[in-house]
Amino acid sequence: MKIHWKVLLGVLLVLLVSTMAFSYERDETLVYGGGLWGAPANWNPLTPWAEVAGTGGLVYEYLFHYYPLKDEYQPWLAEKGEWVTPKVYELELRKGIKWTDGKSFTAEDVVFTFEVARNNALHYSNVWTWITSVEALSPTKVRVTFGDSPHYQEWKVILYDLRILPKHIWSEMSPDEYLTTANKNPVGTGPYMSESTGQDRMVWVRNDDWWGNDIFGQPKPKYLVNLVVNGNNVALGMLMKRELDLSNYFIPGVPKIKDAFGLTTWFKDAPYMLPENVALLFLNTTKGAMKDESFRRALAFAIDPDMIAERVFENQVKVANPAGLLGEGWMKYYDEEVANEYGFSYNPETAAKMLDENGFVDADGDGWRDDKAGNAMKFEIIVPNGWTDWMESIKIIANNFKAIGINAVPSFPDYSIYMDKIQDGTFDMCINNFGSSRSTTPFTYWNWVANDEIDGEIVTDGNYSRYNDAELFTLIDEFNVMQDSNNGIMEKTSEIQAKLLQAMPSIPLWYNGLWAQMTSGVWTNWTTENNPTGYPCSWAGKMQFGFVETLIKLEPAQ
Amino acid sequence: MKKYLGKKIFIYLITFFFAVTIDWAIPRFMPGDPIQILLSRFQGMEGGREIIEAQITASFGLDRPLLEQYFNFWGSLFKGDLGISIYTFPKPVMEVINEAIIFDILLLVPSILLSWIVGNKLGAFSGVNKKADKYTMPFFYFLTSSPYFWFAVVVVFFFGVQLPWFPINSAYSSTMRPGFNLAFILDFLHHWFLPFLTLFLVQLGGWAIGMRNMIIYEMGSNYSKYMESLGASEKLIRKYAFRNGVLPQVTGLAIRLGNIIAGALTTQIVFSYPGLGYILLKAILNQDYFLVQGTFLFIVIFVLLANFLVDIIYMFIDPRVRFSYSGEV
Repeated sequence: MKIHWKVLLGVLLVLLVSTMAFSYERDETLVYGGGLWGAPANWNPLTPWAEVAGTGGLVYEYLFHYYPLKDEYQPWLAEKGEWVTPKVYELELRKGIKWTDGKSFTAEDVVFTFEVARNNALHYSNVWTWITSVEALSPTKVRVTFGDSPHYQEWKVILYDLRILPKHIWSEMSPDEYLTTANKNPVGTGPYMSESTGQDRMVWVRNDDWWGNDIFGQPKPKYLVNLVVNGNNVALGMLMKRELDLSNYFIPGVPKIKDAFGLTTWFKDAPYMLPENVALLFLNTTKGAMKDESFRRALAFAIDPDMIAERVFENQVKVANPAGLLGEGWMKYYDEEVANEYGFSYNPETAAKMLDENGFVDADGDGWRDDKAGNAMKFEIIVPNGWTDWMESIKIIANNFKAIGINAVPSFPDYSIYMDKIQDGTFDMCINNFGSSRSTTPFTYWNWVANDEIDGEIVTDGNYSRYNDAELFTLIDEFNVMQDSNNGIMEKTSEIQAKLLQAMPSIPLWYNGLWAQMTSGVWTNWTTENNPTGYPCSWAGKMQFGFVETLIKLEPAQ
Repeated sequence: MKKYLGKKIFIYLITFFFAVTIDWAIPRFMPGDPIQILLSRFQGMEGGREIIEAQITASFGLDRPLLEQYFNFWGSLFKGDLGISIYTFPKPVMEVINEAIIFDILLLVPSILLSWIVGNKLGAFSGVNKKADKYTMPFFYFLTSSPYFWFAVVVVFFFGVQLPWFPINSAYSSTMRPGFNLAFILDFLHHWFLPFLTLFLVQLGGWAIGMRNMIIYEMGSNYSKYMESLGASEKLIRKYAFRNGVLPQVTGLAIRLGNIIAGALTTQIVFSYPGLGYILLKAILNQDYFLVQGTFLFIVIFVLLANFLVDIIYMFIDPRVRFSYSGEV
């Protein structure tokens, strides 16, 4: 018996040694993190909130890419798109594009992608309230016909945000599966394909037959390894060891160590990172003194965002302008005059004066201001527990409020409770930025901070302030149905900015960054301010801003 | 014997029923709504969310009355179906657990068993050797009282970053694809070593201190003195002291093994190591009812099994238990 065991052990050992290990060549592989938060499980382009980062952008592609830094559209699956009449938009698609299963990509696929939302309840089904038909005029020509008031602004988003599906696969599926399929082997037109998955990683392999190779060039990394990194300290250590080529995590301390360890950031100096969205302080306008416009405006003057940017973010963020607008797509509507007239800046004396004038004084002499009726006021500012940068920020804000006699306490409930309080309206003040990501049109931002979806039991679509102003909502809707070339558009957008500033239901504070730290141990020629080859963002749903372009321009180190 | 086992099994079944019911209920009584959390960061088109919210809620059966959800839960449980995870939608909970648990087992079982064996030996040695005791005890106290998080971060910093001997994240290299071959196994062990070592060391101190104190107590007890007066050898007395001293240690070991599922949470954060502990934390934060109840179900089963095992082992290592049921005492 003993001999048998030895033989078995020997065979096992020989087997072990002779079995070839499969590993990706490091100099052909890009290792990155920041857009994946758990074991990959979902590659369904119809559920963008759940998809593995890269499902949109690397596998499923868009009609256009949008370059936020230039406010330009880059034709992608579409070669051209234009309004032929104010109610008809025509798309000319590129020829010779193939799905990764070998079938040709045609106008029928684009038509199907729209039609599937007409007959089923999907997140973009609402387009059919203002689109009347989408038809294929030829294998490469699509005509979209609009109803009486086309949502021109939203359409601009759809052009770069709608993942185009292969009709020959999705039309075979049962409609019940549209929201529930994991779509494990996604078939797209994009430059990468799913290679393998692990508990803490998603590996993509290059699609060498990608149609874009001849037009844009081939992405350099053969493999993309997207890692889940649990915790900033690990990500920081990996950057120091150059094991992570690109990190899209917010990491405290980057400004201090960046030169010593040769990290690349978009800007060489502060603020290092590109602005990505605006963090706002939402004030619950259905509660107490916060119902009062002058009170809300006074609070805006009391906050010192410079101190937050400096102390909490080590100047990795910039302070927001009063309108909260960022990026070329929005800033072209930014009205400086309105901002000067109705805007705000840190000035506790002004804040105190405004409160005094409006009757918010310390009536009972306890050191805290009381409301107009003389009742004590106390507010709670909430951010999710563990979001350390925001936690520190609201401590500063609470101190700023204290300086003018407003009693506000920072509080850090767990994320689910934070969301619950915001949605059911039991919160007083909160920081949030979930709908303020940069886009092609400020409509996405305005429609998020102010919309009329506030009558339900819970509020989920933004406007957490529950600020109710039908006139403002109408203005925003009117902006949505205006073309950029419309003469009245500047006036309209100025009016929106003025109204928001006068009412101040939410206070824009700082621009949260597109956190990106790059190392050059394996890959160089990263996209930066001085070499803007793309947009260094691997976050889900944002790759069409220039991530693939970044990969194309990378160069191997040495 | 039969009577003993029968009684135990009955108690375990009742415990299981209540534990599972509580496991089902607690996530549902947390404030908040998992579907809202799932969609909370999704910024879609105007009015897009309302369209999908109801559909998703219904697909999880969360629109049904609570009692119906509860009975459905027991129904599918007997079919081995733990539902679909909301947070890692649409992966079945069973699959999530299956894929992750291997990392917990490979990390925790060796570290717990080895620290237990080595800790008991060292503790017993300290208990009878006053000279060694002076030097080992401070070391054991240092190990057992150093906060694990701090301890692990220091180890990572020195042996992972300053002296880059070991990798600092994950269970295998970024460029490795798992497979049954020597290169992968070596790579896995290379990644496994630091998390294992830190877990081994922090647990070692506790076991050693426990054993040392037990030995000193047993050596001073009446039966030891009686044996001594009868002229029994020092070695024999020590042997009996050890056999008695190890009893509470066995209970401790079983409890530790029962908690294996969520036991390595901190390790998984500091070393960014995959495993179920971190998934459970994420599931709780995201109110993933199904993943939370599925993971806790496993914890319940593990703890009950471990305790059951102790009950059986006790029959062999502690004759008093055996005799009390067979009526010999």
